[in-house]
Amino acid sequence: MNATTTFHLDGEEIPFTPGQTIMQAAVAAGTYIPHLCWHPDFQVNGSCKLCTVKVNGRFGSSCTMEAQVGMEVENRTAEIDDKRRTLLQMLFVEGNHFCPSCEKSGDCSLQATAYELKMMSPHFDMFYPDRPVDASHPDVLLDFNRCIMCGLCVAASRDVDGKNVFYMGGRGLLGRRVHISSESGRLADTGFAVTDRAASICPVGVILPKRRGFAVPIGQRKYDLAPISEQVKVKTP
Amino acid sequence: MNAPIAPPRKLRVATASLAGCFGCHMSILDIDERILKLLDLIEFDRSPLTDIKHCGPCDLGIIEGGLCNAENVHVLREFRKNCKILLALGACAINGGLPAQRNHLDLRDVLEEVYQTEYLVTHGGIPNDPELPLPLNKVHPLHEVVKVDYFLPGCPPPADAIWKLLTDLLAGRTPNLGHGLLHYD
Repeated sequence: MNATTTFHLDGEEIPFTPGQTIMQAAVAAGTYIPHLCWHPDFQVNGSCKLCTVKVNGRFGSSCTMEAQVGMEVENRTAEIDDKRRTLLQMLFVEGNHFCPSCEKSGDCSLQATAYELKMMSPHFDMFYPDRPVDASHPDVLLDFNRCIMCGLCVAASRDVDGKNVFYMGGRGLLGRRVHISSESGRLADTGFAVTDRAASICPVGVILPKRRGFAVPIGQRKYDLAPISEQVKVKTP
Repeated sequence: MNAPIAPPRKLRVATASLAGCFGCHMSILDIDERILKLLDLIEFDRSPLTDIKHCGPCDLGIIEGGLCNAENVHVLREFRKNCKILLALGACAINGGLPAQRNHLDLRDVLEEVYQTEYLVTHGGIPNDPELPLPLNKVHPLHEVVKVDYFLPGCPPPADAIWKLLTDLLAGRTPNLGHGLLHYD
């Protein structure tokens, strides 16, 4: 690696290879930039905006912006974390995120990111949207109340499983969410299997394998053990 | 000149459980013997622990539970009027929690099913006593009705988190919960 290909992230020198995004370079250096829709194994989506940073004084998405030599990137400043917290609060009021009853609690990226950014309340008025649950599949439960529209299941089903089981659809703030591509709209009527990559990609509690709910007890789960900022995602080999 | 320094005034604290399950109050008691240390610093006004029925002027009001009926709203406004600082304690006070799970159902349907049509229950009709507070159409968190100064999530919030928050507030610090104390479940 050429010694000159570095940029500054919160004052720390981060090396990168040309073509890498700010996010990719940061993760390779073990530095956490808050994010929800980004995953090292999949094409960039750039929809959640949690990974917004300030590059030379201007806002940009670190998952889509390519690293350039000498960039001055601000990441965990109070100003940017405040904005990220607001984005999280909007996600929390737009869905039905009732953590005490959710099997994913403790393993959930949305929840862990909210802990990291010290989100103490939803701040905004709640929407309590009506969203369905699809329990038709023998091995997988879908609870759309928790969908944050990250698109990871769409990408995993399309790019890895080759099944295109999921698509993003609906209109408006409360109508838009991930849908099932079978004619009936039910997961049981697709070729979806619990072994699919898409079955384990959901960062929140929408796609849940049945009969496994509390196999790992609350309190001993991924983000109970260490905060999300200390568990930077690495690309699957 | 050498007048004795009066011991600092004890802060007055009121607590109430609205549309909650008293689990958050149980979690307050779960601070165990630290409650004796707490009682050196505070005295309780209206609270299920004192059975005082109305809130007087207080330094801190702690509310558990969201708003599911007209009386809840009345009590909340009484707290906001009397308390310098208002704390929303627990999931229900913050986002409606378990009671808010009825928000997806029509209120009349719920009442009819519970009091009239449900198999194996007494079909006495929907209660209509004027003493009963009217249920709200939907359950709401506190911050939708009054300004709330501090929030402590959890179902219930762990006793250590309650202790940390109260001691931070009493010491005049901005409450700051580290990893492990901030929990939504």
